[in-house]
Amino acid sequence: MSKPSIEKGVNFIKGQIDAPVASFFSSCIHCGLCAEACLFYTETGDPKQTPINKVEPMRRVWEQEFTVLGKLKSMVGLGKPVDEKVFSEWETLVYDGCSLCGRCSLVCPVGNDISGMIRKIREGFSAAGHAPEGLISATQRAVEIGSPMGVKLPAVKAQIRHLQADTGLSVPLDQQGAEYMVLLSSMEIMNFPEYLEAIARIMKQAGKSWTISSTAFEATNSGIQIGVSDLAKVIVERVVDAAEALGVKTVISPECGHAYTAIRWDGPNLIGRPYKFEVKHILEVLDELTVAGLIQTEGMETAKLTYHDPCQIARKGGIVEAPRRLLNQVASNFIEMSEPGVMNWCCSGGGGVSANERADEIKLTAFRRKKSQLDELKVETLVTACANCRLTLEEGLEANGMDIPVVGLTEMVAEHLVEDGTQKESAS
Amino acid sequence: MELNELLIWARGPAFNIALAIFVFGMLLRLFEILSLGRKEDLSAARGSGVAGGLRTILSRSLPRQTLFSREPLRIINGYLLHIGLFVVIFLYRPHIELFERLFGVSWMGLPTGVVDAVTAVTILSLFVALLIRIYNPVLRFISTPGDYLIWLVTLLPLVSGYMAYNHLLLGYTLMLTLHILSVELLLIVAPFTKLTHMFSFVLARWYQGYLAGRRGVES
Repeated sequence: MSKPSIEKGVNFIKGQIDAPVASFFSSCIHCGLCAEACLFYTETGDPKQTPINKVEPMRRVWEQEFTVLGKLKSMVGLGKPVDEKVFSEWETLVYDGCSLCGRCSLVCPVGNDISGMIRKIREGFSAAGHAPEGLISATQRAVEIGSPMGVKLPAVKAQIRHLQADTGLSVPLDQQGAEYMVLLSSMEIMNFPEYLEAIARIMKQAGKSWTISSTAFEATNSGIQIGVSDLAKVIVERVVDAAEALGVKTVISPECGHAYTAIRWDGPNLIGRPYKFEVKHILEVLDELTVAGLIQTEGMETAKLTYHDPCQIARKGGIVEAPRRLLNQVASNFIEMSEPGVMNWCCSGGGGVSANERADEIKLTAFRRKKSQLDELKVETLVTACANCRLTLEEGLEANGMDIPVVGLTEMVAEHLVEDGTQKESAS
Repeated sequence: MELNELLIWARGPAFNIALAIFVFGMLLRLFEILSLGRKEDLSAARGSGVAGGLRTILSRSLPRQTLFSREPLRIINGYLLHIGLFVVIFLYRPHIELFERLFGVSWMGLPTGVVDAVTAVTILSLFVALLIRIYNPVLRFISTPGDYLIWLVTLLPLVSGYMAYNHLLLGYTLMLTLHILSVELLLIVAPFTKLTHMFSFVLARWYQGYLAGRRGVES
């Protein structure tokens, strides 16, 4: 990141303003309903956390730069400034008080994509040098080392060796022409090795060729979260280069919400061209393999369980039905949370909030929303499909003394996988 | 005699000027928005952006259940205000006659007694909106002088029209003149305030719906 300055910050905000943003600011009549959809407002009761207020600096830039009236106002000295003070004041609202969950965008009566604008305004805040330390260092590590948590290839290789020794499953590395290239999130390498084992078993059973790239195994894109498109582009390019060099047909985004948004939706726009491969979330792939009859499951989880929709997978990714089809296949007592699917409440740690230590307190406050959803249900297990949600949920549950295990859906499916040679008597 | 002249001026030249400012102002605002353009989305679409955009233009007229259960009063009041304004502006017979003179098209109106009652409800809903704006901590915090200005310029034509029709307070001619002048104030102010949302909401809904539609997300 080159030398940050307020001037640069304002220019970056200006550069983000397009016709949609102008239509949003032209349409907002300050009804305040977005606040009611935002867990950072509902749980704190602080009016400053109103989503549309979080993009106020962008509204000012828009008014002053792109409207005749705003230009006139500035000329006579009536324009509101966007200066150092404003950047300092709004920094915590823009980063700590928003998980980019997108719930506000879905309730706005005039149709404003507020969370999309918060994503955009972060470009200006990071350019102005007003991004949180935790996200800056995560992004630096992602660019320099290859992973936001500083995970290097030897760590991945070690995990692969353990897995092969323990299970006899093979994990192909850099296999030319494989059908699938599997990405991992740092958290899956560090905290949830079950994921890789699940993939290896499922792919073997489905008879699909797959590989992990030694140069692009990491899916997490903190460049997207902090709002530095240049760096986000570097991280995406790494995956694109590897996937196209290996000639894979499909890149599989792991159980990580923002990784999916980054590689599936933002990626082609960051690198300026469409990919030569497809991108699918692991849940989409599992659903396809199941529907095609390539994998079958047996036995049922009998524990009462529910599914937490990761925002970037459901509300912003459109993957709502696949996890439910999969869950109903392996769980006999699956119940929905209140407001499931596209309107689900965020875990409180998305959009870089969990990587931002300064936000720890407000994150735990916002978690109360998820807690009350879970309190209503009294489930024994919580299933999700995002490693970041999973960690945030585990932390939140622990902080509240709630003893509910959090499980990834992929590994739950793998546990019930019918494997050749080990097939038990059909449960049906 | 002087009052008649004022009425003639208000109905004639003044109205034409106000209407011209409204039309050109709104076109300018729409140009300000559209001329910014947007980059082509290069990601592979899962669904249709156009279908999503069109769907959201309609679907966003209904509140999400989660929101309605939290804020029923604010939402019902919003419907009353907007439906009321529609009825009062477009279904009052003397207004329809005006539109016929202006655009040459005409349609069925509602009995004036009904419109009179709707006007009263609409005025009430505006006062409820003001109370919510003042007493709700979020609204009080985010509201700007512009929000109170558009409240006032929306209220004036309703109140003056209601009082003219019911012969309250001032003579009919004077009240009618004030009514017309207040409408002209509204027309002049609208393009330069958040009243632009009367047109731009279609664009906003379209843009978000388009994005969601491409991603195969319900919006």
